[in-house]
Amino acid sequence: MRTGLIALRRDRGAFALSFVLPIAFFSIFAVIFGGHRDSTPRVKVIVVDEDRSTASQRLIRGLEREGSLVVKKQPAAKDGVQQADYTAATAEAAVKGDTAPVALIIPHGFGEYPMAFGAPGENRPTIQLLKDSSDLIAAQVVTGLLQKVAMTAMPDLMAEQGSKYLGRFAGGLTPEQRKRIDEGLDELRRLENSDDQSSASGDSNRGMPVAVATRDVVGQNRDMVSFYAAAIGVMFLLFTASGASGSLLDEAESGTLDRVLSSRVTMGNLLAGKLVYSMLLAFSQLVVMFVWAWLVFKVDFIPHIPGFVVMGLSTAFAVGAFGMLLASICRTRAQLGPLSTLVILLMSSVGGSMFPRYFMSESMQKAGLLTINAWAIDGFTKVFWRDEPISHLWPQVMVLLSIGVVFWAVARRLAGRWEYS
Amino acid sequence: MAPTPVGSVPSLLPLRIEGVVKRFGGLTAVNDVTLGLKAGECLGLLGPNGAGKSTLIRSVVGRVIPDAGTVSVFGARADSAGAREALGWIPQELALYPKLTCRENLESFGLYHGLRGAALKTAVEWCLDWASLSDRALEPVLHLSGGMKRRLNMAAGLIHRPKVILMDEPTVGVDPQSRNRIFEMIEMLHVEGVSMLYTTHYMEEAERLCDRIAVIDHGRVIALGTRDELVQKAFASRSEVIVRFAKTGNGVDGWVKERAGVFEDGTARFTIEHANEVAVLLDSAGKAGHELADISLRKPNLESVFLHLTGRELRD
Repeated sequence: MRTGLIALRRDRGAFALSFVLPIAFFSIFAVIFGGHRDSTPRVKVIVVDEDRSTASQRLIRGLEREGSLVVKKQPAAKDGVQQADYTAATAEAAVKGDTAPVALIIPHGFGEYPMAFGAPGENRPTIQLLKDSSDLIAAQVVTGLLQKVAMTAMPDLMAEQGSKYLGRFAGGLTPEQRKRIDEGLDELRRLENSDDQSSASGDSNRGMPVAVATRDVVGQNRDMVSFYAAAIGVMFLLFTASGASGSLLDEAESGTLDRVLSSRVTMGNLLAGKLVYSMLLAFSQLVVMFVWAWLVFKVDFIPHIPGFVVMGLSTAFAVGAFGMLLASICRTRAQLGPLSTLVILLMSSVGGSMFPRYFMSESMQKAGLLTINAWAIDGFTKVFWRDEPISHLWPQVMVLLSIGVVFWAVARRLAGRWEYS
Repeated sequence: MAPTPVGSVPSLLPLRIEGVVKRFGGLTAVNDVTLGLKAGECLGLLGPNGAGKSTLIRSVVGRVIPDAGTVSVFGARADSAGAREALGWIPQELALYPKLTCRENLESFGLYHGLRGAALKTAVEWCLDWASLSDRALEPVLHLSGGMKRRLNMAAGLIHRPKVILMDEPTVGVDPQSRNRIFEMIEMLHVEGVSMLYTTHYMEEAERLCDRIAVIDHGRVIALGTRDELVQKAFASRSEVIVRFAKTGNGVDGWVKERAGVFEDGTARFTIEHANEVAVLLDSAGKAGHELADISLRKPNLESVFLHLTGRELRD
């Protein structure tokens, strides 16, 4: 015990990190999930008003007043020029392009019959909700708030609509009226007792004030496995890269570094070699993970191989350079262990490897953009969820490559201390 | 072999060190050292631990940047690519990859020196043979004995067959049997005409292996020459008398100094020109009341030279 304590105390970096690590990690989770949230995550929603009625405009105004929604009716201005309002087609393209996770399309005739009440199969206007299924939260938030706004933002219209239905269904309750009401009640009872309440393409909101038909436009028929393959994969890549780059510290401690640097190999050569090794190791790990996901979990891997290779190599380069940076910061293996654990867990939690970033507050989501994880996961999501072409991966690829170059340059500079005495 | 006087070094020697100074904070580890290593020569750097031997070697091999002075290898700057290829360095500490086998270690260091294909294979086989490790080629280093690791450590420094070899105390921590094997390996290189700079704090090693010896202390070369030249310069034709006292104290120290001797750890050393001076010493000790436990007469050696020059013994 005594020798262990003395050794720990001598390595001040490791000593500090031994106690900083649990505190830091606890604090991260407390900030993300605890009471220190600085803001509720706001869901971006695109709204297309095809009806342009009083009812539709009041519904949109109600949505705009909701603090947890960011309503977009047209794309952001380009060069100061206001863009035209979204249409159903451009809204769908925008959801596919990750501009927003949800789009609402208010159809013609909505203002005539805004309430969903009526017999099944009756031809009434239904709001289209287009969603990106990689965001599990946004569509549910928008659907709930839409119903709430319908109830609170246009009560008079609701009453007017109710009176229309009353005139239509009441007035003596003829046998036909009785039959319709009974059928409606039967249908409600059936839905109440049924598990099937969330058809992707059907009327999923019976019993709600506003009829909404939901449709996945991104990630149709895909489960979350490919997301988790990328999310978990990147986290383990970071661990792998930091472990692999620790060989630099091993070499410094064992004396082989001196011997290598006395040969024709320079520090730049050595670091580049170790970076390539880390990259190849990380990329191989990703390949194994996705092939496993393909074989066992039926992830649609083969058609996405080109995008996977581009994102895989970019990510491997960034994590390899990250490992070199950590190793060059540390003086001993004992320091590298806790420091890399701290930084990687921090990056993974903020960057979306442990839970999707849309769970987090807006500021945390922005902070996530400082991590390798977030950019890598975004890129893999584009490939496997959105089926986007390789050319659309340039923002993620550029950021990851830039991170890699900067990290490697800093690591090279810090490693200069080993070059000469 | 003719001695080269300190401070005068011909150019285009295999290794030329001139006016090298290295300071670490307030400590001057190497203090204005000038040395020249001749072709095919084994030049010993003899000095106690901390004398600056390793720092000087590391300055030559480019691992330490001197504060002053120059180092050249066959006339080229020591940090040039040509010089790096001509130099082979065997560091004092084991510098091997423990999980790799002997062969894999040698291959790795060969690759670092730019060897490829058949040249690499030949070099690895030569090294394994030279270090008597051919039968252990596939053994991971961590399973080797201390002596085997030492031999492999040496072989790794020779993988590119350098013309000039810098050996930094290659026998530290080695048992006598392994030490003899290492001596044989070095002698084999010597026969092949390789130039070597050999640091040690073991007098016997320097006497056995080195053509010339530079005595180094506190970062300075305080004497340079062959073993006989050093002894001759320090003692001429004088012999050494070693006296061990039964009891120390009681003015022994002062008595030794009065007779130009050196007293350390209960033992006094005197130099005498003629054997009859021993009787004079014995008589004087008896009159002063100093009881002698033992007395011996011997020809001076490098140990004696170091003691003579520094007033201290050359010890571990």
